[in-house]
Amino acid sequence: MIARVMRLGRRGCDLLEALGRAGIFVGQSAVGVPSREGWALWLRQMHFVGVLSLAIVLVSGLFIGMVLSLQGYTILVDFGAEQALGQMVALSLLRELAPVVAALLFAGRAGSALTAEIGLMKATEQLTSMEMIGVDPLRRVVAPRLWAGFVSLPLLTIGFSVVGIYGGYLVGVEWLGVFEGSYWGNMQASVAFIGDVGNGMVKSLVFAVVVTWIAVFQGYDLVPTSEGISRATTRTVVYSSLAVLGLDFVLTAVMFGGLS
Amino acid sequence: MSDTPFVVVEGLHFSRGDTEIFRGVDMRIPRGRITAIMGPSGTGKTTLLKLIGGQLSPDAGRVTIDGEEVHRLSRKALFALRRRMGMLFQSGALFSDLSVFENVAFPLRVHTDLPDAMVRDLVLMKLEAVGLRGARELMPAELSGGMARRVALARAIALDPELILYDEPFVGQDPISMGVLVQLIKRLNQALGLTSIVVSHDIKETLTIADYVYVIADGQVMAHGTPESLDVDQDPRVSQFVHGEPDGPVPFHYPAVDYFKDILSAGGGR
Repeated sequence: MIARVMRLGRRGCDLLEALGRAGIFVGQSAVGVPSREGWALWLRQMHFVGVLSLAIVLVSGLFIGMVLSLQGYTILVDFGAEQALGQMVALSLLRELAPVVAALLFAGRAGSALTAEIGLMKATEQLTSMEMIGVDPLRRVVAPRLWAGFVSLPLLTIGFSVVGIYGGYLVGVEWLGVFEGSYWGNMQASVAFIGDVGNGMVKSLVFAVVVTWIAVFQGYDLVPTSEGISRATTRTVVYSSLAVLGLDFVLTAVMFGGLS
Repeated sequence: MSDTPFVVVEGLHFSRGDTEIFRGVDMRIPRGRITAIMGPSGTGKTTLLKLIGGQLSPDAGRVTIDGEEVHRLSRKALFALRRRMGMLFQSGALFSDLSVFENVAFPLRVHTDLPDAMVRDLVLMKLEAVGLRGARELMPAELSGGMARRVALARAIALDPELILYDEPFVGQDPISMGVLVQLIKRLNQALGLTSIVVSHDIKETLTIADYVYVIADGQVMAHGTPESLDVDQDPRVSQFVHGEPDGPVPFHYPAVDYFKDILSAGGGR
């Protein structure tokens, strides 16, 4: 019994220690004014993290918008309310689906790649040799990736929403014959810029910080063996997904649940 | 060893988990010479280099480089001190996303404001010194193990360091590139007036270039002296290591229960 309590205590301490390490890690990486070269490194990471995730995010956005429109139509039409289709598609996407699904896709596509890349650099002593050359790997390797993640996920989320709404239009208006004016008109009348678009972007920014943080920390902190890299990559995806879904509930409760 | 030593290690203690790796190591690394640190695998030679380079902190004792106590320095001062050191890693540790040229140019670009033309000249000089000027456009993945290590050496000397640490420079090299590396280390040390520390268990190669040798085992300095004096050392542990005898005070067998009993013990377990 006592042994069990001790184990629990030790687990708790380990968890706290890991959180502390992760906190110091992100603090040391994210601060500091980027140099001219820092901007170049950041741009390159924007390409790897952001631009290369564009295809998967946009295609997923299109399909989700289309499915949403199709499902929404079959229900709304029973109540003769198919005119509200645009409103439903836009609000679902902006408030909920775009930030969450884009973050999940981002964790799978970019987060896992970040973990594996940094982990492999650690395993091949590249990070150590950088330290011995007198360059801080937190600034040189981690910071550009961290900032690229912070910036690119909200941008990807905007792209997701736009394409999703267009997908909804394709199915609802072009295929099922909802009146085009009411699709756009109801959307315009019901979507609040700050309340819906703004809150969705805040969500997305929070997810961006959390997912990128988890990904780079897992890479930096892993055991430098093949098994360690594979485990850390898995952990990145699992932890990011859970964190995104959990935080989404909390944020939704605060933003739209009348708890604020 | 006329003047003051460049690196001083005093009463160094270090453990990893419950395993004690060093218990009271003392060393004085003379300036401008090649000092070898030797010992059987698993005695923590690489760990010692990491302690000297300030990547690990000792539990007790201290490491002083040119009068500066490594583990007392701020992060900034430590990075400044590291600019005066070069380190050659066992794996080479080249940056896999940069070409050979850019790898060697990396320390110059981050630590100096030299114009591009001068960076180019310096990089070509360093690459010429290791015989790989023609390979400047290759990527690290296209190099053989020996070439990668020579490029890493060129990178380590790019900023003209005062101290250079070699971590197992001869491991896994064919006889030709081994010979090339031995010559390079010796020549660079003489030409640039470096202080070199070579960690290795390749006895023959290391003894031909070292001016002074420390042998560590069981977390302590077992013997030290010039290569000649170690060669005739009467201590059975030293002579076993220096002459490469398979069994002796350092046992061939990992500790185990009695062989006879082990074989006869029945049952399904292992």
